[in-house]
Amino acid sequence: MSDPVLQLSAIAVDYGRRGQRIRALDGVDLAVGRGEIVGLVGESGCGKSTLARAAVGLEPLAAGTVTFEGRNVTSLGRRRRPEHLRGLQMVFQDPYESLNPRRTIGELIADGVRLGGGSRTDGRRRAAELLDRVGLPAGAAGSYPHEFSGGQRQRIAIARTLAARPSCLIADEPISALDASAQAQIANLLAELVRDGNLGLVLVSHDLAVVRQVADRVAVMYLGRIVEIGDTETVWASPRHPYTEALVAAIPRADGAGVLPVDLPGDVPDPASPPPGCRFHPRCPVAQDSCRELDQRLALVAGRQIACHVRSGAVPSALPESDG
Amino acid sequence: METRATLLQVDGLTVALPTRSGYQKAVDGLSFAVDAGQVMGIAGESGSGKTITALSLFGLLPHGARVSGSIRLDGTELLGLGTKQLRAIRGRQIAMVSQDPATALHPILPIGTQLTEHMRHHLGVSKDEALSRAAALLETVRIPDPLQALRSYPGQFSGGMRQRVAIAVALAAEPRLLVADEPTTALDVTVQAGILRLLDRLCRERGMAVIVITHDLGVMSAIARRLYVMYAGRLAEAGPASQLLASPRHPYTQGLLDALPHPEAGGAPLVPIGGSPPSLGNVPAGCPFHPRCRYARPSCATERPEPEPVADQHLLACPPDPLRAAS
Repeated sequence: MSDPVLQLSAIAVDYGRRGQRIRALDGVDLAVGRGEIVGLVGESGCGKSTLARAAVGLEPLAAGTVTFEGRNVTSLGRRRRPEHLRGLQMVFQDPYESLNPRRTIGELIADGVRLGGGSRTDGRRRAAELLDRVGLPAGAAGSYPHEFSGGQRQRIAIARTLAARPSCLIADEPISALDASAQAQIANLLAELVRDGNLGLVLVSHDLAVVRQVADRVAVMYLGRIVEIGDTETVWASPRHPYTEALVAAIPRADGAGVLPVDLPGDVPDPASPPPGCRFHPRCPVAQDSCRELDQRLALVAGRQIACHVRSGAVPSALPESDG
Repeated sequence: METRATLLQVDGLTVALPTRSGYQKAVDGLSFAVDAGQVMGIAGESGSGKTITALSLFGLLPHGARVSGSIRLDGTELLGLGTKQLRAIRGRQIAMVSQDPATALHPILPIGTQLTEHMRHHLGVSKDEALSRAAALLETVRIPDPLQALRSYPGQFSGGMRQRVAIAVALAAEPRLLVADEPTTALDVTVQAGILRLLDRLCRERGMAVIVITHDLGVMSAIARRLYVMYAGRLAEAGPASQLLASPRHPYTQGLLDALPHPEAGGAPLVPIGGSPPSLGNVPAGCPFHPRCRYARPSCATERPEPEPVADQHLLACPPDPLRAAS
């Protein structure tokens, strides 16, 4: 990618818990191009939401850099976001909590316009435009958030982020709180905005099927690290990391065949004491002795990057593959 | 091993809830049956009445709700039972697992207490017996180190583990029917797979019946034998899950399936159902789905469709029946 709109390099984020330091993200690299959707998937606790929040400056970084439109924006405090960061906007999971219930939709959207230096009149005009853009009637501007369904609220939240004329959106589980039919509507809307507006989009979701449908590239995270990243089609059609394989096999298909999804035993380990070596080895069906010792780094395998030396053949395997 | 005995028989269940604009029907003339040892699924979006249906089985409807129809568990009519009689049935005969395990478990009681008080009350077993049964249950739901877990508190477990504990609590008094309302919606697919396998196993091994309520048709496809699709408090379509999902006949069922990402469809856009489901009190006349239906004809706006058999064990509440029209 020649000119990524957002580039995260070697990102680390720490949380403190009872005087203990927990590394929630550990050396994550991710770049998003203009007009590109990058899906971020993984089980809860893998750090995907932390990465989304770190990208927009909502989490302080312990290490690494965030580059937005070519500028390093790493050292920002939360108190004040500089003008040029307005182009990086976030869509949150719960449209019931991200909209002020006491203000009308028009006011909520116009705020974004006025913060960017527009007049009240600009705000009103642009609010009507943006409501139309996200598929709501212009008359919605005079209504309050509680008058809308979850899917409509998420449209409103998206319209509000668009008021800042962003070049990159970070969406943290934007559809998981919505009804089945609204999920498809919002996923399509986001994809359309990205294509039409040449925006970058980081789509965080635990719903792999939706990510597959809309994302150009997908990054699979496990315990604070990316374990597989590549073109969505490539990763999906033939996942190479054992964890990605397990995720894909666990998705139930609505084909009426009555096939139970494949179980991945165990839980994500406590990030306070990650397993040594490959962090996935205690749950991995193809783990070898060496996996307990060797730290895994991303390596190019079959058109995508994976962090698994067993599958990438980086270390001659002592045990046969059929061990799994 | 399969038992074909009908455990739960619901006929013409209608639930009206008080709203500012008077009583509104949240469930309207719903009938279904669940056999022992079988997983039955109720699908629909929010506001379709699926959760109210579940609550009515337990006599736990909001204050002021008006219920009519019949709910028979093994021949015993549950509607109209007093609190005391219902208490003897809740937990013992029918138990519930809700979407949010955080609210189902008491935060400051150890898991062991929550598992055993149930058993001791309903089964009358001794404390030691209850504790050993509780440990075995935790093992069944695959909680590592069950003895340690009995002394732990809900907050010490992850979301997936808490849901497994909540299922263990629901199973503690060996109910004959488990009602699971969106049991895996908040969970990761990997944990979901484990819980679906667990429910399937419990049905087969214990002959327990399960009602799974979810809008996730993938989950339905994986475990439900029979499927009821609800829309705006009414039955849209019912039948064997394999048949309904492979060749849906109600436009709403078709729409739900089309809105799902298909593993084979590549990057094609999703096909959403236009509009959103009606809220309580705003249910359209005639067929409630007609404003969103691409097959709707004028009569759909006035004539209320009743579920009619269209194939073996297959009910359909849609007179235009797109499948028939297409052929």
